[in-house]
Amino acid sequence: MRSFQERLPDFTARGIRPVAVSVDPPETTRAHLAKTGWTYTFLSDPKGEVLRRYDLLHADAGMEGDAARPAEILIDPTGTIRWVDLTEDYRVRARPETVLEVFDQLNRKE
Amino acid sequence: MRQRNFLPLAGFLVCVIALLSYFLFFYQFPVTRDIPWANWLLFALGLALVGAGVRRAFRQPERYRGRVMGPILGVLSLALLGLFLFYTLSLSRQLPVSAGAPRVGEKAPDFTLADAQGRPVRLYDLLGTAGNGAPGSWVILIFYRGYW
Repeated sequence: MRSFQERLPDFTARGIRPVAVSVDPPETTRAHLAKTGWTYTFLSDPKGEVLRRYDLLHADAGMEGDAARPAEILIDPTGTIRWVDLTEDYRVRARPETVLEVFDQLNRKE
Repeated sequence: MRQRNFLPLAGFLVCVIALLSYFLFFYQFPVTRDIPWANWLLFALGLALVGAGVRRAFRQPERYRGRVMGPILGVLSLALLGLFLFYTLSLSRQLPVSAGAPRVGEKAPDFTLADAQGRPVRLYDLLGTAGNGAPGSWVILIFYRGYW
């Protein structure tokens, strides 16, 4: 999450908005953002409704119930999904460099 | 008078640091997170210290103490390593398959969720308004486990 903040200028320059989603309620996120100074968009799905619709709910994985299964999804301006990363190990997350490379490759082809 | 044998305790403490530093520090950086080599090195150092301490306790019992504490700390150090390996090689891989997750080429299901300020934010509004003046934005959705 920190690494996306560090590469935020590269995302902004390409017209990509990083949007993080978790089950944390807004208050938790707000406190965390105040501490870390991260500035991109963080959304709260405390009931896991969106997680369920995206089939990215990890039942009982959180401290108080469900949590998100870590994943990254790249969506173009038409709403079409262009790239999906479903990690097999929640410690190992897609790096911002990878997302930027994927984006550049997709846009070279077009 | 036999000397105190501080090596097993020092080694054990290094192993404690090896375990905790992953969650407190190295976790933050992809380079030390994905393959936890920094923690492996710390464990190797810790176990080497414990090993050297136990060895001198048994090889030179007239000089060094630690024939009881040495092996106990050795077993505890190995247990910490076992815990770390279990977490990094097994526990963190227990994830749902998510076979129903959206695939490349599909339309992303729309949703509206509250941001950190509690304001509702709609996915397709984010896609429609670019931050840099371009006709539309891309979005990289990052699903994360949360900070509780």
